[in-house]
Amino acid sequence: MNLGENIRLAWEGLKANKMRALLTMLGIIIGISSVIGILTVGSGLSGSVTGSLSSLGAGNITIALQEREDEHPAMGPFGSLHNIDPTNLITDEMIGALSDRFGDAIVGVSLAEDAGSGQAKLEGRYANVSLVGVNTGYLDVNTIKLVKGRGFFNRDIEGMRNGVLVSDKLVNNLFGGDAASALGQELIVYLDDEILAFNIIGVYEYEVSPVMGLTTSSERDIYTSLYLPVTTAKKLGGAESGYTSFTITAAGSTDSIALATQAEDFMNRYYANNPDYRVTAMSMESLLESVNAVMGAISIALSLIAGISLVVGGIGVMNIMLVSVTERTREIGTRKALGATNSNIRGQFIVESMIICLIGGVIGIIFGAILGYIGSLLVGMVALPSLSSIALSVGFSLAIGIFFGYYPANKAALLDPIEALRYE
Amino acid sequence: MQNLIIQMSTIVKRFYIGEPNELEVLHGIDLTVEKGEFLSIVGVSGSGKTTLMNIIGALDRATEGSYILNNTVIEEAEDEELSAIRNRQVGFVFQNFNLIPRTNALKNVELPMMYAGVNQRRRTERAKELLAMVGMEERMNHRPNELSGGEKQRVAIARAMANDPAIILADEPTGSLDSKTGRLVMDLFHQLNREQGKTIILITHNSELAGETGRILTMHDGLLFDEQEVTRHEPG
Repeated sequence: MNLGENIRLAWEGLKANKMRALLTMLGIIIGISSVIGILTVGSGLSGSVTGSLSSLGAGNITIALQEREDEHPAMGPFGSLHNIDPTNLITDEMIGALSDRFGDAIVGVSLAEDAGSGQAKLEGRYANVSLVGVNTGYLDVNTIKLVKGRGFFNRDIEGMRNGVLVSDKLVNNLFGGDAASALGQELIVYLDDEILAFNIIGVYEYEVSPVMGLTTSSERDIYTSLYLPVTTAKKLGGAESGYTSFTITAAGSTDSIALATQAEDFMNRYYANNPDYRVTAMSMESLLESVNAVMGAISIALSLIAGISLVVGGIGVMNIMLVSVTERTREIGTRKALGATNSNIRGQFIVESMIICLIGGVIGIIFGAILGYIGSLLVGMVALPSLSSIALSVGFSLAIGIFFGYYPANKAALLDPIEALRYE
Repeated sequence: MQNLIIQMSTIVKRFYIGEPNELEVLHGIDLTVEKGEFLSIVGVSGSGKTTLMNIIGALDRATEGSYILNNTVIEEAEDEELSAIRNRQVGFVFQNFNLIPRTNALKNVELPMMYAGVNQRRRTERAKELLAMVGMEERMNHRPNELSGGEKQRVAIARAMANDPAIILADEPTGSLDSKTGRLVMDLFHQLNREQGKTIILITHNSELAGETGRILTMHDGLLFDEQEVTRHEPG
């Protein structure tokens, strides 16, 4: 009497009552498909968020000035520290020293200087722009894709030239989408109190950032970045000799979270005696980790709630197994008279309950995968159930089969054969 | 001694029905059966025939007394051993057949061999032989509800023979059959007894059928008598 025999017996038992078996499975199907569906949508959602964040550069570490009494760091290039005394700013020397100190661990340094925002106008058409002064490393660190023209060279920075990079959105608005014709054109930008003339040297692909994408402005009026040499921006802004923040990119093999801590310690040596300001470093990876942790916790919590339906399904299985044992009392008596031991009988019914749950689980996984696929399509990142969630579901279904099948099976096993044979 | 297959002495069976009441069904049965015997136990309903058969077939245990079945002391055996004894030493044939309704005749005959751990190929082979022996090879793929009463009983006899048991216990095997098919079943028992030397115990209240067997025992109010004894105790 082996497992194969038990499976065959159980299968015959189920075939005899197809409709009943299917209805019993329904509880398990609903439970497993909701768990799988939720986990899949969850992984799609977290994939979509981490994908967007990674596109900003997973190895990036933003180092920013922070007021000592203020616990909120100046985030990124657009964080503003008002009325900061220029002597407190991060200087080129500090950044140079940091690059030297960590050498190969840092593959890029990106500087960005906010130079205000305004409107670029051409022949009655307009496009909103934010002026950002950047260095040569900025485009790499922030993975900005050029669609036409070139990026910045050292001579642009050192020469404080007026060549700029514009977004393809601006090209759409002003040049009717023809990026090639935009190259070399003069761009007039109206700021609050001045009018500037730039020369377009390149066009980059505009991407909706996950953070900025939530603004309410209409598609037409979105502010896109206009990149100009950082030195040029500084000249416009009044010749301040430093930065409020900058971004470095850790080499692929480097632990960027550890590097962030080390860089923060290194930079803070310059600010050890500064009563007002200090430096904080935040790595994109640690941000990613915390986002992932939160998303993971949410989907696990939701699947646990969905898992309650599995318990309900399990009780349904137990109920139907008890009915089945009662119905087959004479059969059990006959089997015992023919030499079946208690454990033979127990095994037969437990395997039957496991098969109900296993088939229910497999159907549930298929439905869950379809639900999860559709759901994740809606959140923008196609995901399929992970192997581990499939394995877990199969294991969990079998466990439910054993747990809720044991009591009815044991009841069958302990039937007195004489009573059972006499049962009408 | 070697030839004795059943040795029962002073078997008592009591049923407890509620705390102070106990019902003694068997009052001390002595029974010895030799290998190859075909004997019948007759008696009216309620005389304790079926209880005795359950004890002989190791489905039930005696309350008192000793019982040796084919050299195994039954009162000392564990439940698992009793399952094995029922499986290999005893072949049951019931009045209402007790075939498994969901499976065909072949699988029904294979059942005792499955519990004995015989492999699938050998099992099917033997089941086919047995069904051929009872003349049912044509209908082996039919389910019990597609068979007539006589056919069902022939399948049940084939099943009882599956593990080549020491004794066949038949409890009113013709009780649900008309006389013609009942005749067929009885012929089969005679054939098994004659050609294979099977020990057969037939339990019946049909004295005509009992008359065909080598020895007739009568069950009366929980006691077992030889034919002669009965006539002595109850003249007329």
